[in-house]
Amino acid sequence: MTARSSLLLPLFRATPRAGWWAVAAAAALAFVVLPALHLLVAPGHPLHVSDHVVTVAGKIACYATVAVALDLVWGYAGILSLGHGLFFALGGYAFGMYLMRSIGRDGVYQSDLPDFMVFLDWKELPWFWHGTDHAAWAVALAVLVPGLVAFVFGWFAFRSRIRGVYFSIITQALTYAAMLLFFRNDTGFGGNNGFTDFKRIFGFPIAAPGTRVALFAASVAVLLGTLVLCRWLVTSPFGGVLRAVRDGEPRLRCLGYEPLWFKLGVWTLSAVLCGVAGALYVPQVGIINPSEMSTAASIEIAIWVAVGGRGTLVGAVLGAVLVNLAKSWFTKAMPELWLFFLGFLFVAVTLFLPGGLVGLLRSRRPRRPTPASVAAPASPDGPAEEVTA
Amino acid sequence: MTATPAAPLQVNTGHGVVLYLEDVTVSFDGFKALNGLTLYVNVGELRCVIGPNGAGKTTMMDVVTGRTRPDRGRAFFGQSLDLTRLSEVEIARAGIGRKFQKPTVFEAHTVLENLELAGARDRRARGRLFALPGPEDRRRVEETLALVRLTGEAHRPAGLLSHGQKQWLEIGMLLMQDPKLLLLDEPVAGLTDEETARSADLIRGLAGNRSVVVVEHDMEFVERLGGTVTVLHEGAVLAEGPLARIQKDPKVIEVYLGR
Repeated sequence: MTARSSLLLPLFRATPRAGWWAVAAAAALAFVVLPALHLLVAPGHPLHVSDHVVTVAGKIACYATVAVALDLVWGYAGILSLGHGLFFALGGYAFGMYLMRSIGRDGVYQSDLPDFMVFLDWKELPWFWHGTDHAAWAVALAVLVPGLVAFVFGWFAFRSRIRGVYFSIITQALTYAAMLLFFRNDTGFGGNNGFTDFKRIFGFPIAAPGTRVALFAASVAVLLGTLVLCRWLVTSPFGGVLRAVRDGEPRLRCLGYEPLWFKLGVWTLSAVLCGVAGALYVPQVGIINPSEMSTAASIEIAIWVAVGGRGTLVGAVLGAVLVNLAKSWFTKAMPELWLFFLGFLFVAVTLFLPGGLVGLLRSRRPRRPTPASVAAPASPDGPAEEVTA
Repeated sequence: MTATPAAPLQVNTGHGVVLYLEDVTVSFDGFKALNGLTLYVNVGELRCVIGPNGAGKTTMMDVVTGRTRPDRGRAFFGQSLDLTRLSEVEIARAGIGRKFQKPTVFEAHTVLENLELAGARDRRARGRLFALPGPEDRRRVEETLALVRLTGEAHRPAGLLSHGQKQWLEIGMLLMQDPKLLLLDEPVAGLTDEETARSADLIRGLAGNRSVVVVEHDMEFVERLGGTVTVLHEGAVLAEGPLARIQKDPKVIEVYLGR
């Protein structure tokens, strides 16, 4: 067997047949149906899909990728991060630097420097902005920066055996600290306004229908790729060790496994996936600012996963889509009630629906019990304890 | 250190002794859990360790598995591996297996997955990513399943097993791990008489190829196991020898059996 087939075959086999049908259906919808309805059907026609819908769908695909990335560490390895918004935002900022540079002299001040730098009376680019006019470097940064931050943070936290709720609280502090840093004008990322007013991406006008559709399709492609990759990871022997980390880390050490590398690997991968999602998110919504790093934003990600169902991957997608659709509706119809609803939702799901929506669906359709539905952890530590459904 | 050597550390038991504990002392806030404990376990031996609560039985196991570092004394696995310097993971990889008092199997994993987890040859993250169980691995798992009488339960989550079955699964996991030295902490706690008899057979079968240290309260079970008995009291060895002689020892009768 060649190295290629020995890698690709398990990747293909890990997703069941029904899963591949769902992937194909989603791909057909995202790559063919929706683009056709947006580009080919005239506005005003009842089948026309508006700009707004394409943008919201692309944005939700990015959110769903982040949710799957969080489910990978929370649902399978028992690491509840309440700071995943940081990695998402770092990816967004990294790619946003490229978008800012692509504005060129079309900004308000018609300078080579981004507008906010002119406003601050800076004369030249800070060193970390060098090379960001190249898209490839910006994409590399969107992967490397979240990955590196996660790796370093994770190395110290996991090596010190910080687990459970303590780990969650530290991730909150981390993203909050980063937000304060990015709020400062001196940091060099546009302070509280962040980046906006993008004009073009890879030479294409950023708001053109074709660009919009391409970004949406890319977001869905990344989401589907993330799902297939994570599915393989959690069904591999590596995934078996991850679930053992979640359910009994000290016991696992007695079996001769060093949990550090398993946790660090999956944690870093999760952050990288968030970074990629963030990089795709920014050109679609047209803005990135430090509010993406707020503690509330990260908690919201955890709520998507909890609503959909931890440890299922598809549940994360379901949760991200439904909660965000609800948010779109709420923030228009009764914006002042949204946060109350979100809080209520979290409490209700925790109390009445510990397996999330996927858990509910599975209990309606009795099948062979899934591992997650009988989990009772083997060791007394952290929120891994709550993995019962 | 967190470095993970690819090859497990080699145990040298040329002198016929697998575990050396010499003058080991561990204190917790002034309380001496172990107080100059000296104990040797031979290759292939089945050793029972008894003693009243607080005698230091569990602390002794913690020292051997690297969970607790002694304040004083030496702890060696074979002639060359210093247990006071190795990490828990390194000690486990070098070949010391441990069964805890209450069954600690991975409840969300199936019986089969539990055994595979324990029996994996490459325990590094990279190794697990691309691991494919071969026919040899499958045969070992099947043999172990039969031995601990869990063949019919292979695909059930371990959390659904009875208490006795969990104890056996854990023994099965130790078999898969194939350690040179096995530490069993009250392996028959909470088992029925029939299950206890079956466990005694299993544990006797474990010794010979490997050394087994059993910590136990149940004297009937200790008798059934045979082998040398070590009595711990206040963190040190009070008496050592065959059970028949131990039971007649006036010191032992006073602190333990007599009560």
